[in-house]
Amino acid sequence: MAEEKKTARKKIQAGDLMNRIMADYFYGLNEAATTGKRKVAWCTSVGPAELLRTMGFAVHFPENHGAMLGATRMSTDLIPEANAIGYSPDICSYLTADIGSYIKGITPLSKAYKGIESVPKPDVLVYNTNQCRDVQDWFAWYSRKLGVPSIGVTSPKNVNDVTDAHIDDVARQIEALVPALEEISGSKLDMERLRETVSLSRECTELWKKVLETATAAPAPLTFFDGTIHMGPAVVLRGTPEAIDYYKVLLAELEQRIRDGVGAVDEEEARIYWEGMPVWGRLRQHSELFATLKANVIASTYCSSWIFPAFDGRDPFRSMAKAYLELFIVRSDAYKERYIREMLAKFRIDGIIYHDAKTCPYNSNSRYGMPQRLEAATGIPGLVISGDLNDLRCVSDEQTKTNVEAFIEQIAEGR
Amino acid sequence: MSKRVYVGIDIGSSRTKVAVVDAERQILGHAVRKSGTDFSATAAACLDDSLAMAGAARDEIANAVSTGYGRANVAFVARENRTEIGCLANWGRHCFPEAITIIDIGGQDNKIVKLDASGRRTGFKMNRKCAAGTGAFLEEMSLRLDIPLEAMNDLARQSLEMVKLGSYCTVFSATEVLENIRHGKKVTDIVKGIFYSVVKRVLEMDSPTERVVMTGGVVAHNPYIVEMTGEMIGRTVLVPEHPQIAGALGAAYYALEEKGESDG
Ligand code: SF4
Repeated sequence: MAEEKKTARKKIQAGDLMNRIMADYFYGLNEAATTGKRKVAWCTSVGPAELLRTMGFAVHFPENHGAMLGATRMSTDLIPEANAIGYSPDICSYLTADIGSYIKGITPLSKAYKGIESVPKPDVLVYNTNQCRDVQDWFAWYSRKLGVPSIGVTSPKNVNDVTDAHIDDVARQIEALVPALEEISGSKLDMERLRETVSLSRECTELWKKVLETATAAPAPLTFFDGTIHMGPAVVLRGTPEAIDYYKVLLAELEQRIRDGVGAVDEEEARIYWEGMPVWGRLRQHSELFATLKANVIASTYCSSWIFPAFDGRDPFRSMAKAYLELFIVRSDAYKERYIREMLAKFRIDGIIYHDAKTCPYNSNSRYGMPQRLEAATGIPGLVISGDLNDLRCVSDEQTKTNVEAFIEQIAEGR
Repeated sequence: MSKRVYVGIDIGSSRTKVAVVDAERQILGHAVRKSGTDFSATAAACLDDSLAMAGAARDEIANAVSTGYGRANVAFVARENRTEIGCLANWGRHCFPEAITIIDIGGQDNKIVKLDASGRRTGFKMNRKCAAGTGAFLEEMSLRLDIPLEAMNDLARQSLEMVKLGSYCTVFSATEVLENIRHGKKVTDIVKGIFYSVVKRVLEMDSPTERVVMTGGVVAHNPYIVEMTGEMIGRTVLVPEHPQIAGALGAAYYALEEKGESDG
């Protein structure tokens, strides 16, 4: 290993455009909440956002706020506030950070966007437990606190093959939300508009997939760390033309990088797959750590989770149900292993890093022997690092660094 | 003709180790000191101790490699650096011509490194972010029991009926120890239980291959741990002559190999 030199990942020019789009989104939300011109719905990341948008709601995603609390490193001071009122340090640190920020009355939104004073107050909270139970408990707290209804979908879990029975169940639950939402929004659901929104979501997710797949090129034009930032529009603006326009621009830039032979990391030698959540408060450090080692984390389950091939405007409810069920996090270990093996082959991966996030068992897939099984089946080495998405009290930088360095060293020796 | 020596410096969070070897990988000198707060001063002192033992001067150093937690702090002598896991593996592949599992128990962390028969590193594990199974746990327990660390091995050997400690956590284990004292359990049995807990924590990190080698400061100072590990896995555990400097030796071997002066 040569002397350490600081190498940052290369800046993506489209980032400025994304920042403007995200700013418009947050100001729009703020306007809806402060003027009452539009109703505000809070939605879980893979909840029925298409339906909410179609019905005219401005949609806020608390998990996105949780990630902002993590990325700004405000979370570690706020989590204890929620711990103190009975929400354990062992449960979702998006939840505890977000509730802590409410208790303290502070938000990164007001730092980033002048004039925004708080998270937009909701008129309704809509969850889907496809990812975890924590989201339901999270919304239940706000429901009690703010006196707004919390409604949603209780999803099957650990699904191997998504069957018609699963889809019927979830589609019916989504449809059953409509009367309550119509009452809150004061307008009837327009099926034609729902078809359009679902089609727009599909288009957005296809472009996002193409963006991520540019990293099949060697050297890869983007990193996982870029992905976690640039997925913003796919997360909060799914179902809008703005998201689609953005990904066209981003895709063009990355394709140009490929034509120019430009990698996101100089002299890319090792290609790494990241399984699990990012450590939001350490994005920059981790990105520099890998770049210094001439390693690029080029693909991840996390960023790829916003690809929904099932969306189909011709059959909106059932295709939404299918999309929300086909999600990686909803699936059995057998499915997950098949999925990861395909990713390893497609991206020509040299090693997998599993982030065992203390407070999110749902996104920590290293706990039931998967690394050992995948390594035996593929010969591709794996490394488990302990950490957390938001609670930096669970993160040891020195341990992470030593582990990652030793892992990249091992990959190099194995060549 | 002046000597040409190769130096490995391993700056751990608790101890700094230096090894000096010649081109035939013979150990000429070695030293261990508490790392303290000034890593580069400790490394310099440790280097001087081991050079004195080797009968060599600083300008006879042909190459040096640093490793360990504080390795970036010794740029004064070593331009190259490697992880402590890489160095342990490098040491192991030169010392053992077969597939091995190296179990290294240090002051603050444990490592398990696996090598295949060709000496290729096939995997490694470090303990999670807690003191369970490390030297820090033993130190804490020796403090609680008010028994010097050095005396613990002999006490454990006298035990007829071990007290099992159930907890992962150092603080919980300390409470368990106090509870056992209150219940009139023998100190010898408690001390044996403390060692048992260390070995358990280490063995549950990974499943070892047939051949197991133990290294690290805790192993160097507590031969009883090796005996107990052997009993628990049901086979003899190998221990090198200088278990504490295995990582430093691996670094010194790298220094030699990088100069291209190795004899193989
Ligand atoms: S999936 Fe994990 S991080 Fe996401 S909301 Fe649930 S517990 Fe929190």
